[in-house]
Amino acid sequence: MSWAMFVQHLLNGLTLGSLYALIAIGYTMIYGILRLINFAHSEIFMLGAYSVFWGVTLIHLPWPIAVTLGILAVAALGVLVDRVAYRPLRDAPRSSALISAIGVSFFLQNLAIVVFSAIPREVYRPTWLETVILVGDVRVLPLTLLVPVLSFLLMLGLIYIVYKTKAGLGMRAISKDIETSYTMGVPVNRIIALTFGIGSALAAASGIMWALRYPQLQPIMGIIPGFKAFIAAVVGGIGSIQGAVIGGLGLGLVEIMAVATFPELAGYRDALAFVLLIGILLIKPTGLMGVKLEDKL
Amino acid sequence: MMERKLKIISNIMATAVLAMFLWWAQTNLGAYHTQILNLIAVNIILALSLNLIYGFTGMFSLGHAGFMAIGAYTCSILIMTPAQKEMLFILQKAYPWVQEAGAPFVVAVVAGGLIAALVGLVVGAPLLRLGDDYLGIATLGFAEIIRVLANNIPRITNGALGFKGIPGYANIWWNFGWCLFALYFIVRIVNSNFGNTLMAIRDDEPAAKAMGINIFRYKLLSFTIGSFFAGIGGALLASLVSTIDPKMFLFTLTFNVLMIVVCGGLGSLTGSVLASIAITILLEWLRFVENPIFIGDFELKGIPGMRMVVFSLALLFIILFRREGLMGMREFRWEWLLGLFRKRGEVK
Repeated sequence: MSWAMFVQHLLNGLTLGSLYALIAIGYTMIYGILRLINFAHSEIFMLGAYSVFWGVTLIHLPWPIAVTLGILAVAALGVLVDRVAYRPLRDAPRSSALISAIGVSFFLQNLAIVVFSAIPREVYRPTWLETVILVGDVRVLPLTLLVPVLSFLLMLGLIYIVYKTKAGLGMRAISKDIETSYTMGVPVNRIIALTFGIGSALAAASGIMWALRYPQLQPIMGIIPGFKAFIAAVVGGIGSIQGAVIGGLGLGLVEIMAVATFPELAGYRDALAFVLLIGILLIKPTGLMGVKLEDKL
Repeated sequence: MMERKLKIISNIMATAVLAMFLWWAQTNLGAYHTQILNLIAVNIILALSLNLIYGFTGMFSLGHAGFMAIGAYTCSILIMTPAQKEMLFILQKAYPWVQEAGAPFVVAVVAGGLIAALVGLVVGAPLLRLGDDYLGIATLGFAEIIRVLANNIPRITNGALGFKGIPGYANIWWNFGWCLFALYFIVRIVNSNFGNTLMAIRDDEPAAKAMGINIFRYKLLSFTIGSFFAGIGGALLASLVSTIDPKMFLFTLTFNVLMIVVCGGLGSLTGSVLASIAITILLEWLRFVENPIFIGDFELKGIPGMRMVVFSLALLFIILFRREGLMGMREFRWEWLLGLFRKRGEVK
């Protein structure tokens, strides 16, 4: 592999990885707070991609407005999902909440099939994003540079919210101990709603960038990235935002690099994430950055 | 407590009634309705096996589709004739041992179950050390790896093309026979001391450990038995639908089984049976929303996807308003039925 090729793969891996990381953050935040695998998250991601398609192609909104509206709408949907499907089940057995999550996921996915039809849609991309820039021997799409930078900024914003604001303090408190947070006057339900809003907004942002990178929209497009992002969150140590970012970037890089180095493995690409997951869980049962939860006696 | 003898008689009578019903169904129902009955039987087997793993032992496993795929492929390879395989493997020739393999249907189904159980044993040994959701996501990964493997070893599985025209030996008698066997076997397990141990592990693992139970061994055994029946279910399903390919064993398949188990009630075998019947019928019945509807001369076009929208809404309603599932952790018992009659009559 030549030097230029290597840099190119590295950038591609970084792009894919930061998209995974943005989705993984939503999974990890919600799991950290509610101990719930939010299966609907991959559908939120998919709807984020569709929202922009709708705004730009069907209503002819300018890009910035379409993106803002799309992210806001999808964030609101995330909050709604929590209110309708998860909040009534806070004190229920965890299996019920899990089935509820699967139900919401099925519902949104099939609703998308009904509304948008199962035919893949092409996304219109601004031309300046598609003009190849030559840096030395490395051919770069502006998009491959833009996606990691934007993702990085979004993550910085998130880390600011979680570690420097009062709402973020609430989130961290709830993820440590939800019962005690209630008694300490943390507005638990509002904070959880906010978490769903932020997680969904990040997933929507990821969905929009995904649609620009791989411009084919399908109602089932969220499943595979969603699962891989969840794996990234688990590998990184679920509940930890840094872990989700490291897991997402790592997974994206490994996937791209493995296929680039061993092209004959291309057919196994979707299994690679799972092999990695099982391998890491066997060595570190709570992920790379995870904390061991002791059995309570 | 009811007398043991009376219970046995009731069970035999219920089996006889089922047999009579199947006899009637065989002659009077069309192919479509028979197919639904068959699907119910297979779903019951699958739901019971997952309930043993998740509901009774408390291991959150999402690997069912993988075990089903193993059972389905094993069984199909064994029951298809060499000539059929010659026709199927067009892109790449099958390995000679795949080409020559053949066995009667019973042997093929048992082989499917056994190989699934073997894989369950091998995979379970490292994975069952993981807790809760980690186990769930790792088993999901296992199922996905099996699916990708099936896609990439064309000389055994015929790759993405899959198998077509698998002989439909799985008639109503085979399916319900296996279904009754699974029910009997798992009921016996759950009511035995072994079952008590499993439930002790589910309810409080550290306490069970402190009582000197070898947790790992019991978990692994339960997981292996569960994967055996998942393999059986997959084998029957393959012969029932006659076409299999890797796409069929996506995680949606696992979710379907999981949904049945949770809707029926985790830790309730009769709940699983009832939910299998209800959900299979509901899913088939809902097909009407995707068919065109005629109002006079006006045709409302069927909307693709509508069926699953309605279904997922129904599922959400069940889980939001009856969170423990249909039966909770209770079981249907003959005493309960008898009690119902007593209330109406005189109290003895």
